[in-house]
Amino acid sequence: MAEKIELQEVEVWDGNYAAAQAMRQAQIDVVAAYPITPSTPIVEGYASFMADGYIDGEFVMVESEHAAMSGCVAAAAAGGRVATATSSQGFALMVEVLYQASGMRLPIVLNVANRALAAPLNVRGDHSDMYLGRDSGWVQMDAFNAQEVYDMNLCAFRVGEHQDIRLPVMVHQDGFVTSHTAQNVKPLSDDDAYKFIGDYKPVDDLLDFSRPVTHGAQTEEDWHFEHKARQHKALMDARPVIESVFAEFEKVSGRKYKRVESYMTEDAEVIIVALGTTVESARVAAQQLRDEEGIKAGVVGPRVIRPFPFDAIRDALENCKAIGAMDRSCPGGALGMLFNEVSAAVYATSDRPLVTNYIYGLGGRDLAIVDIKAIFRELKANADAGKITTPIQQFIGLRGPKLGFFETRGGK
Amino acid sequence: MAITSIKNLKEFSTANERFEGAHLLCPGCAHSMIVRELMNCSDDNLVIATNTGCLEVSTAVYPYTSWDTSWIHIGFENAATAAAGAEAMYKARKRKGTLKNPDAPVKFVAFGGDGSTYDIGFQWLSGAVERGHDFTYICLDNEVYANTGGQRSSSTPIGASATTAPAGRVSYGEKRNKKDIVAIMAAHGAPYVAQVAPNKWKNMAQSFQKALQTEGPCYVNAMSACTTEWKFDPKDTINISDLATDSLVFPLYEIIDGTELNITYRPKNVLPVKDYLAAQGRFKHLFKAENAHILEEWQKRVDAKWEYLQRREEARV
Repeated sequence: MAEKIELQEVEVWDGNYAAAQAMRQAQIDVVAAYPITPSTPIVEGYASFMADGYIDGEFVMVESEHAAMSGCVAAAAAGGRVATATSSQGFALMVEVLYQASGMRLPIVLNVANRALAAPLNVRGDHSDMYLGRDSGWVQMDAFNAQEVYDMNLCAFRVGEHQDIRLPVMVHQDGFVTSHTAQNVKPLSDDDAYKFIGDYKPVDDLLDFSRPVTHGAQTEEDWHFEHKARQHKALMDARPVIESVFAEFEKVSGRKYKRVESYMTEDAEVIIVALGTTVESARVAAQQLRDEEGIKAGVVGPRVIRPFPFDAIRDALENCKAIGAMDRSCPGGALGMLFNEVSAAVYATSDRPLVTNYIYGLGGRDLAIVDIKAIFRELKANADAGKITTPIQQFIGLRGPKLGFFETRGGK
Repeated sequence: MAITSIKNLKEFSTANERFEGAHLLCPGCAHSMIVRELMNCSDDNLVIATNTGCLEVSTAVYPYTSWDTSWIHIGFENAATAAAGAEAMYKARKRKGTLKNPDAPVKFVAFGGDGSTYDIGFQWLSGAVERGHDFTYICLDNEVYANTGGQRSSSTPIGASATTAPAGRVSYGEKRNKKDIVAIMAAHGAPYVAQVAPNKWKNMAQSFQKALQTEGPCYVNAMSACTTEWKFDPKDTINISDLATDSLVFPLYEIIDGTELNITYRPKNVLPVKDYLAAQGRFKHLFKAENAHILEEWQKRVDAKWEYLQRREEARV
């Protein structure tokens, strides 16, 4: 048996170390990994736990991220708990196997310390890698700080390994701002954490030779559609499972999570929808604007990006007047992903709020509280005018002249 | 029962069938001979990983499977890593006591074609061998991307006509010599590396058994004559294979621990290389007068390689 670690009630961990600790407590059977900035300390932390006798499982340092996920897929098919970590270019290299992992219905937990995608090469945080994986068929959970990285990891194993779901799960955290910033984290004890996650239950186990199984068969037009439809249904069915896992987690930790985290939205006239650490900055900005200028500002942060919380987002937003959808990924010739998905969710409401799109923070560009307050004021102007008064998509925090696209014609 | 004592073909035919005959490989494809023999060589439980390719698309089309053993396919390039990942899980679960039958011996095997071995999957193979996983990688080497209709790979030999290196009015086909994958794998320090051919089936079975019994990563390059892309009659697979081994185009040998080379088959009568080339449509154009130099080049290269192998064997280094 692996040695246990006596943790303090409050530890000072960065997001990477919080992920590594959660992975240790999950008693993972195989970690196959390849280091990449800014997720490298997750793998290093796990390696040091291994070196000190805190891990019973296998730790395989492979030659690329593609191989890391390939090894994870086969290890998961061989009937045990599996996890790894990556960022950015490594995530991009993994993409082929991300689709194979979900299509083969294998629960694997992937920690992603979000980082920009080259070119130009950039190691800083944005959500380009997160967005790249959005159609990969994984459950995707988003942590706004180090505590949540730890908590979401524990929940991720429960969700992915649930017998009705059996899908891989990503836990996203902002590169550097979360991954490398030491914060107070309240962990569970090793025993309580493992008790919450539970033993792994093998399904179609490659190592059960009494019942040989074929993993990764081919399907063409006769069966492919049925397989993909079932996979999508499993992902959609994960919504109540995630809610029940969060409810159980609250019982053991006292910390309450929802698929969509709403802050001061009950009476909000203007709401920012964002991901990652921006949610926390926006909460501060919203409170300040309420105190200083009387603007009824609120914040919505999707905790679960996939399955997209279409229902919960709609419920959180339908009573406001103007929404700023914040995308931290270069949209590549379209409106941002959050803008498109939030707009779709509120389109079905009777009194559609005005939705505008803010592209920000690419390659680690800072987004200050003053920037967010300026966005809230623009949203307030839209709400008061009853129409969008700015370009629908704006780049903010950019050097040089203002950059924006698309105007509304005739108000709404 | 496995074919532990290999005496004659009749006995061979009584071995366990863990690879079902109902598959979609072409009539005359050597792949199934090689795969069946590998699976019949051992009574141990097998976990088999297979790269995308002819073997994979012909044996696991949902809702059917030809594999009466644990089998996994992920992608074109990563069967070596799949075997490695499963092997790592086996070690972890054995240690933790979560295996259903922890004492039953298990062997991990990966199959790839030459496209996925020499080319797109080479990094994954190299990494898995370097890390020392206990598995055997078998390349079904038919010298072409056969599954997708005959494109050249880095195993395609000089002068062969492939769809992406076709012979034409001003071209004799593939311009480059076949990559020496056996030497490359031996240079990894793998404990057992061999080249085999299905016409020498006793020799092939012995190599497979050595590879399976050797702890650590082993590599076997298995010549797999391709009736479709080499362009010969499906009934002639073994005849073509005999021409390949007896002309020394495919010499059969093994390398132990990266150094000790043993030639495992010496033809009594060495045939001219042109006899092998003349039997296949892919080399037909080489017999035009303007391509005579390629035929000469072929014979010279085969002679030089045989000389090299013999000197390596004598030198014991």
